[in-house]
Amino acid sequence: MIDRAVLKEQFVKWVLVAFALSSLLFLFLIFAFILGEGLPLFLKVGVKKIILGMKWAPTKGYFGIFPMIISSFLVTVGALVIGAPLGLSCAIYLSEYSGKRMKILLKPAIELLAGIPSVVFGFLGVVYIVPLVRNYLGGSGFSLISTSLVLGIMILPTIISISFDALVSVPKTYREASAAMGATKWQTIYKVIIPSAKSGILASFILGMGRAIGETMAVIMIAGNALKIPTSLLDPLRTLTGNIALELAYATGDHRLALFSTGVVLMIIIMVLNYIANFGIKRKIAK
Amino acid sequence: MVMETKIATDKLRVSFGKVTVLKDVTIKVHRNTITGFMGPSGSGKSTLISVINRMIDFENNVRIEGDADIDGKSILDGSINPIELRRRVGTVFAVPIPLPRSIFENIAYGPKLKGITDRTTLHRIAEDCLKKAFLWEEVKDRLSTSALKLSGGQQQRLCLARTLALKPEIILLDEPCSGLDPISTAKIEDALSELKSEYTIILVSNNTKQIARISDFSAFFYLGELIEYNTTDKVFTTPAESKTEDYIQGKFG
Repeated sequence: MIDRAVLKEQFVKWVLVAFALSSLLFLFLIFAFILGEGLPLFLKVGVKKIILGMKWAPTKGYFGIFPMIISSFLVTVGALVIGAPLGLSCAIYLSEYSGKRMKILLKPAIELLAGIPSVVFGFLGVVYIVPLVRNYLGGSGFSLISTSLVLGIMILPTIISISFDALVSVPKTYREASAAMGATKWQTIYKVIIPSAKSGILASFILGMGRAIGETMAVIMIAGNALKIPTSLLDPLRTLTGNIALELAYATGDHRLALFSTGVVLMIIIMVLNYIANFGIKRKIAK
Repeated sequence: MVMETKIATDKLRVSFGKVTVLKDVTIKVHRNTITGFMGPSGSGKSTLISVINRMIDFENNVRIEGDADIDGKSILDGSINPIELRRRVGTVFAVPIPLPRSIFENIAYGPKLKGITDRTTLHRIAEDCLKKAFLWEEVKDRLSTSALKLSGGQQQRLCLARTLALKPEIILLDEPCSGLDPISTAKIEDALSELKSEYTIILVSNNTKQIARISDFSAFFYLGELIEYNTTDKVFTTPAESKTEDYIQGKFG
């Protein structure tokens, strides 16, 4: 006779396996869905005309998203220029300098920052940053620089928490060995701890980039959404995500398919970034 | 022969919270000798080392009473910069901790911190220190490979070479051979015996045979107290305390 407890054990195990695999299934469905909707237009119009095309007029048969690819790239780099030094400095402070009380104060604050909905960031951007840029730097204020600034703040939690984990996982013995050779605290951080945590820090930047490139709501509110390649920091721009969100509500036919094609490009970019980040983290563990 | 005192402690007492780990230790360590500190774990010998290099600063909740000085000058007083002190007092830890850099960079680290940047000078220092640590022949063709690729014994000799590159006056070795094979151990011992003409060396070890082999003076610690301190000959042939004799004969520890 089979023991009931053993049966139950088996049952629980298989239910859990099924749930665990469901996330894989969802991922697969999303892929299949986006590719199924997005690929036909690539085949019909041609990859080159979509990816390198300069003109976006989907109702007239122009599906060029090159300006949006460049714009997405620019805001992501801009976000990184602002978020990376700020985030890394904060992570270094938290892991090397701050006392217990400061950690107790700062860590929940950073987690809260991660939990603020992006529409709130967009709202604050429109109300404060856009007017500031308009009044002090010129242009409409809806610009590359405003978007980069807001995205730079939005990616801080990602950069801080992953860099922090990388920094605290540097063995204490390295710090001691360095100190025993007469290094000051900053010399130890700069010459030993940061180089040792390098791959984790880079992974945090790349995951931050992934977050920035995928951000939609705050971006549509601040970027101005103009259909051209920005030539200055004060020019408005439209990102890949913004394009989808702005037009999906009324798009039909090829126009609709073109938005899915935009999604395919976005998905590939994010997959590549994630792959690079994972590679960085794995290499660190292997060491 | 008259021995000059290099390091002296006066009723040094160290407590972590409510636990006193070093109880009124008074000892004079002589210049250009190897002094062996032995004793079972918890005897306070490593704590004494961490006072001399001020690595004890990194511990929480420590209270230090009494005094410790080098060349007659207190190293516990507020005017001493622990970072400068650690350039005078080199330390080799029990577990070799090469930094995750090349062999050359590991040795150049200390001199670079002192502001030496000239490549030729750094290479000369590296060669010189690696020779003194009996490691040069094994690594001279691969100075730019990662120090983490060396064997445990080689890593420990690298750590010794790295310490020598600081040009310290004192070298503290905290059980440097505890994880090493007999051949690596012998190489370290040979290196230390050569080095004592230039440095004052303190060797902490659980291995009484090692202390007997290479040290000039031996100190036996037990539960935070200095039980016996004399020339190694005396301590090992005619110990004054029965505890010392028992420890040396392996009756406890």
